[in-house]
Amino acid sequence: MKIGQRWPEDEMYKWGSYFGLAPKIAKTWPCLRFSQYVSNFCSVDNWRNREMLDYVWLVPLFPAIGFLINGLFGYRLSKGFVGVLACTVIGLSFLTSVLIFFDLLQLPPESRSFEKIIYTWIPAGDFKTSVGFLVDPLSIIMMLTVSGVSFLIHIYSVGYMHEDEGFKRYFTYLNLFVFSMLLLVSANNFLLMFVGWEGVGLCSYLLIGFWYERKAPADAGKKAFVVNRIGDFGFLLAMMLIFVTFGTLNFHGVFGAAHHNNEVSTLVMTAITLLLFLGATGKSAQIPLYTWLPDAMEGPTPVSALIHAATMVTAGVYMVARCSVLYTLAPVSLTVVAIVGVATALFTASMALAANDIKRVLAYSTISQLGYMFLACGVGAFSAGIFHLMTHAFFKALLFLGAGSVMHAMAGELDMRKMGALKPHMPKTYWTFLIATLAIAGIFPFAGFFSKDEILWHAFEKNTILWALGACAALMTSFYMFRAVFMTFHGESRVDAEVKKHLHESPSVMTTPLIILAILSAIGGFVGIPIIKGANVFHDFLTPVTGGHVAGSVEVTLGNLAYASSSALSYGEAVQHNVGLEIFMMVVSLIIAFGGLGLAYLMYLKDPSLPRRLVEKFKLLYHLILNKWFVDEIYDFLFVNPIKRGSTVLWQFFDAKVIDGIVNGSGWCIKWTSSVLKRIQTGYVQNYALSILVGAVAIIFYFLLV
Amino acid sequence: MDLVIPKIDALSLCPELVLSITAMLVLLVTVYLPKGRKDPAAYVGLLGIFIALMSLTLLWGKPRYAFNNMIMVDNFSIFFNMVILVTAALSILMSITYLKEEGMSHGEFYALILFSAVGMMFMTAGANLITIFLGLETMSISLYVLAGFLRDSNRSNESALKYLLLGAFSSAFLLYGIAFIYGATGTTDLKGISEFLSRATYMKDPMLLAGMGLLLVGFGFKIATVPFHMWTPDVYEGAPTSVTAFMSVGVKAAVFAAFVRVFSHALWDLQPDWNQLLWILAVLTMTLGNVIAIAQTNIKRMLAYSSIAHAGYIMMGMIASNELGTSSILFYMLAYAFTNLGAFGVVILFGRKGEGNLDIEDYSGMGFKYPVLGLLMAVFLFSLAGIPPTAGFVGKFYIFSAAVKAGYIWLAIIGVMNSLVSVYYYLRVTVMMYMKDPVKDLEGLHWSPSMIVALIIAVAGTLLIGIFPSPYLDLAKQSVLHLM
Repeated sequence: MKIGQRWPEDEMYKWGSYFGLAPKIAKTWPCLRFSQYVSNFCSVDNWRNREMLDYVWLVPLFPAIGFLINGLFGYRLSKGFVGVLACTVIGLSFLTSVLIFFDLLQLPPESRSFEKIIYTWIPAGDFKTSVGFLVDPLSIIMMLTVSGVSFLIHIYSVGYMHEDEGFKRYFTYLNLFVFSMLLLVSANNFLLMFVGWEGVGLCSYLLIGFWYERKAPADAGKKAFVVNRIGDFGFLLAMMLIFVTFGTLNFHGVFGAAHHNNEVSTLVMTAITLLLFLGATGKSAQIPLYTWLPDAMEGPTPVSALIHAATMVTAGVYMVARCSVLYTLAPVSLTVVAIVGVATALFTASMALAANDIKRVLAYSTISQLGYMFLACGVGAFSAGIFHLMTHAFFKALLFLGAGSVMHAMAGELDMRKMGALKPHMPKTYWTFLIATLAIAGIFPFAGFFSKDEILWHAFEKNTILWALGACAALMTSFYMFRAVFMTFHGESRVDAEVKKHLHESPSVMTTPLIILAILSAIGGFVGIPIIKGANVFHDFLTPVTGGHVAGSVEVTLGNLAYASSSALSYGEAVQHNVGLEIFMMVVSLIIAFGGLGLAYLMYLKDPSLPRRLVEKFKLLYHLILNKWFVDEIYDFLFVNPIKRGSTVLWQFFDAKVIDGIVNGSGWCIKWTSSVLKRIQTGYVQNYALSILVGAVAIIFYFLLV
Repeated sequence: MDLVIPKIDALSLCPELVLSITAMLVLLVTVYLPKGRKDPAAYVGLLGIFIALMSLTLLWGKPRYAFNNMIMVDNFSIFFNMVILVTAALSILMSITYLKEEGMSHGEFYALILFSAVGMMFMTAGANLITIFLGLETMSISLYVLAGFLRDSNRSNESALKYLLLGAFSSAFLLYGIAFIYGATGTTDLKGISEFLSRATYMKDPMLLAGMGLLLVGFGFKIATVPFHMWTPDVYEGAPTSVTAFMSVGVKAAVFAAFVRVFSHALWDLQPDWNQLLWILAVLTMTLGNVIAIAQTNIKRMLAYSSIAHAGYIMMGMIASNELGTSSILFYMLAYAFTNLGAFGVVILFGRKGEGNLDIEDYSGMGFKYPVLGLLMAVFLFSLAGIPPTAGFVGKFYIFSAAVKAGYIWLAIIGVMNSLVSVYYYLRVTVMMYMKDPVKDLEGLHWSPSMIVALIIAVAGTLLIGIFPSPYLDLAKQSVLHLM
C-alpha cells in the first residue's frame, strides 16, 4: 500500500487503538511466557490485532518526520519545541514497536515472520528490490531496543545539551541517526539495509564531529567515517556476490535459496560471509577496524551512549545474526568470527585496564563486549549474541549517561585521577552507575550475568580455549569497571577545589532515564533466564530466525523454512548437555566476576599505592597498554599517510610529469605544436593536444597489434 | 551518380525544426529588446523547448528512418533528446540572473544554447556517420562561443580558445575515422556498416580497425575519457558556470547516444576488439577522475573531474553490452542530468561576480547561513556520490549490476571502489558547509524565480528518481527495445 492512501475510517480506528493500549497489554502480557499456547487461542480472533504488523513502516517513519521538521524549520522553532518533538517521535516509534511486538507474539512461532512491502524500489530485469520491512523476532527485538534506549537517551539529551548552541542541529542529527538505525534493522533486503547502514555511518560522522570547531572531534569524525568506508566496501562486495550467487537481495529469498540449494559452494559462502563480516568489523568496531570507536567519544556524551548502546555498533552484530543461515553454511567464517570476537574482547579489555579517561574506559569496554557478541555468533549461539546486545544496550547506555552526569557535575572533567569520593554528591548517579557496573561485570542477578554467562557457556561447549580467553576478558572487565567505580566515586577526593564547590546531582530530566535504565539493567536479564534445559524464553523467541530448538519439543522447529539452519541440529544435541556442568560454569563465571571486583578493591581502595608499584615492575607492558599497543600509530604509518600522499602525487605526477615527460621525450612533436600554439599564452594546450595524440596512437596500435 | 532528392519528412524532424526556428526567433526578438533587459528572449527560448518536448512525445513509440536513412527517430533518440531538452531548459533558467550579474545579458546566449541543443539532437538521431558529425559540429561550434561568452573575462576567453583548438583537433580525428570506415566498408550508413560487417569474413582489416580507433578518439574527447580529458578542468573552470552545467550534461548525453549507436550497433561485430580497450579506458577514466578530484580546491574544477569519473561509470554500461547495460546508460544519463545541473545551479546561486565564491573553502558554514541551499547541495552531492535514496545511487546500482550480470565482476569492483573514493571529495564539501565556521562574510543570496524553478525541478528529479525509479527505468528499457 502506498503511503497516504487509506486514510479514512480504517486509519482513524488504528490511531484510536493507541489509546486502548492498556487493556491490550493486559490482554497480551501472558503471551510473553506462554506464547505458543496463547497464540493458539488467539488465532481465531487475531484479525484485529495482527493488523498492527501492517504499520511497521511507521517505526522508522516517525523519526524521519522529526528529522525533516527539525531540519527544515528548526531555525524558526523554539528550543523547547524541537526537544519535545525529537523525543516524541522516538517515543511513538517505541510505542509502535511495542504494539507490533505484542501482535507478533500472538502468531504461532513458526509463522512469526511478516513482510510488509511498500513498493518495488528498483526493478532490474528478473531481479527486483523493494522498499519493504520485515517483522520477525530478531528485527522486533532490535526495534524495541533501538527505539527504547534511544528514547531515554533523547530525554537525557534535552537536559544535557540544553546550554549548547547547536541544540537544534543536535536533535536533527539524532533523529536522523535513529531513523537510519531503525531502517537498518527493519529492512527486508540487503539493499535497504545498506541504506540504513550508510545513514548510520553518515550520522555518526556528523555527531562525533558535532563540536566541529575543535580539532579533536572533527578528526575523530573523519576517522570514524574513513574506517567505516573500509567496512562498507566489504558489505558492498558481499552484496554483489550475493546478487550474483542467488539472484536476489531479499532476506527470505537469499536465506531460502542458501538453505535449500546445496549447489552453492562453501567457498562462495565463505567469501560472502567473510566480506559481510568485514562490514561488521567496521560498524561494530572489531579488530582490525576498531580504532575509530575510542576516538568517537569526542562527540557529546549522549551521542557516545547512542553509538555504543543502541545504534551503530550493534548494526554489525545484528547483520551477522540476520545472516546466521549463511554463516552456518560457512564454518570457516564462523571460526574467523569467533576468533576475531574473542581476540577483540581480550585485546581491548587490556587497553581499558590502564586508561584514566572515564569515557575511554567505557569505549574500550564496548569494543570488548561487542567482541563477546561476535564470539557468541562465532560459536553458533546467535540468540545469545543478540541477548547480550540487548542487555548491553541497557547497561552501556546507563554507564555513558552516568559518565555524562559526572562530567556535567565536574565541569567537563574526564580524568578519573581528578575524581574520587563523588558518591555523597551525586547519589542517584552513583547508584545507577553501580548497578550498570554490576551488570557489565556479570554479577548475579543483574542483566549482564545471564547474557555473558550464556555466551561463555556456548563457547565452553565449542572450545575450551575460546572459553578460557573469554573468561580472562571477563575478569578484566570486572576489574576495570570496578576500578572506574572506585576511582570515581570512592576513596579520597582528588577533585580540584574550584570544581568541588559546584558538585551537584544532575537535574531529574537526566536522572530519570538513568533510573529507568538501571531498572532494566537490573532485571532485563530475566527474559533470558536459563531454564537449565539449554533454552530460555528469549532464546525460544528468537529460534525461528537464528536457528535452534524450542524448549520442550525435541524436533527441530523449521519455523519459517528459510530460517532453519544446520546449527539447529547442533543445538538439538545440546539439549542433552550436563545440567550440573552448566550450573558449575555459572558459579565459575560468578567467581571470575567477583575476582575482578576484589582485585580492583585491593588495588584502588585498600592499598592505593599498589598500582604504582605494579606499574614500575611491569613498565614495558604498562607503556604498551597505555599507548593502546600503538595500533593507531601503526595504521597511520601503514595506510593513512601513504594514501594521503598518493592523491597529490598522482595529480602532480600524472598530469604534470607523465605528460610533460612524453612531451619532452618527443622533441619534434613539441616543436611542431608549440610553433603553432606559441601565440596563445596558456602554455599548456599543446600538452593537452599531445595527450590526445598519444592516446590516439596507443589506441590504433592496440587495435592493429592486439 | 543520380542525385536523389530525399522525401521531406518534416514530422520526424519536428522537434529539431521547432528548436531551430525558436533560436532564430530569439535572435530576432532580442534585437527589439532594450539593453540589459533580455529576459523575454529566454522565455521565448523556454517556450520553444516546451513545444519541442511536446512534439517529441508525439513521436514516441513509432521508430522510423527519415531523409534517406540519414535520420533515425526511435525511442532511443527521443529519450536522449528529452534529457537534452531538459538540460537546455534548466541551463537557460539558471542563466537569466547569472548573466545579468555578470553584466553579459545578451539574447544571443539563449539562441546559442538552442542551436547547440539542435546539434545534440541530430547526434542522437544520426543514422549515418555524416549526420552524427554534422550534429557534433553544430553542437561544438555553439559551445565554443558559449564558453567564451564572458568576453571580458580572461579565463572565459582562455577556456573558449582551448576548447576550440582541441575540439577542432579531435574533430579531425573523428572525421578521419569516418573516412577510414567509409574506405573499409564503402558506406557511412550505420545500418550499412553493420550489414557489411556481418557479411564480411575477414574482420582484421587494418583500415577498419584504425577507423574505429579514430572514432573512439573523437568520441572520447567529447565525453572526456582519459587520456583525452585534459581540456575538461580548464574549460569547465573558465566557461560561464551555466554553460559548464549545460556542457557537462548535454554533451555527454548526445555523444554517448552516438557512441552507443556507432559502437554497440554499427560496429557490433567488432565488439570483442573494442570491448577490452573500453574496459581499460573506463577504469583509467574513473580512477584518474576520482583520484585527481580529491586534490582540487576549486569547486568547478572538482565537478569537472567528477564529470570525468562519471563518464567512466557510464562506459561500464557500454562494456556490459547487454540490454540492461544500455538501458542503464540511459537511466544514468537522466539521473546525472538532474543531479549535476542541480549542483551547478547551487554553484551559480552561491557564486559571485567574477571568480567569487568558487573555492571549496568558500562553502564553509554555508549550510547554517542558508539552510535550504545547503540542504539542496547536500542532496546533489549525495546523489553524485551515489548515496541512497538519491537518483545517483540507483543509477550506479543499475550500471554496476549490468556489469556484474555480463560477467565483468572486476570492473564492477573497481567501480565500487571508485565510488567509495568519490564519497570523500563530495562529502568534503558537505563537511565544509556544516562543520566549518564561515571564513568570510556571506552576503545575501539573490533567489530569482527562474533559479528557484530550476532548483526545484532538479531536486525533485534527483529525489523522485532515487525513491521511485521504476517508471524511469521502464522508460529507459522501452527506449532500447526498438534500437535500430
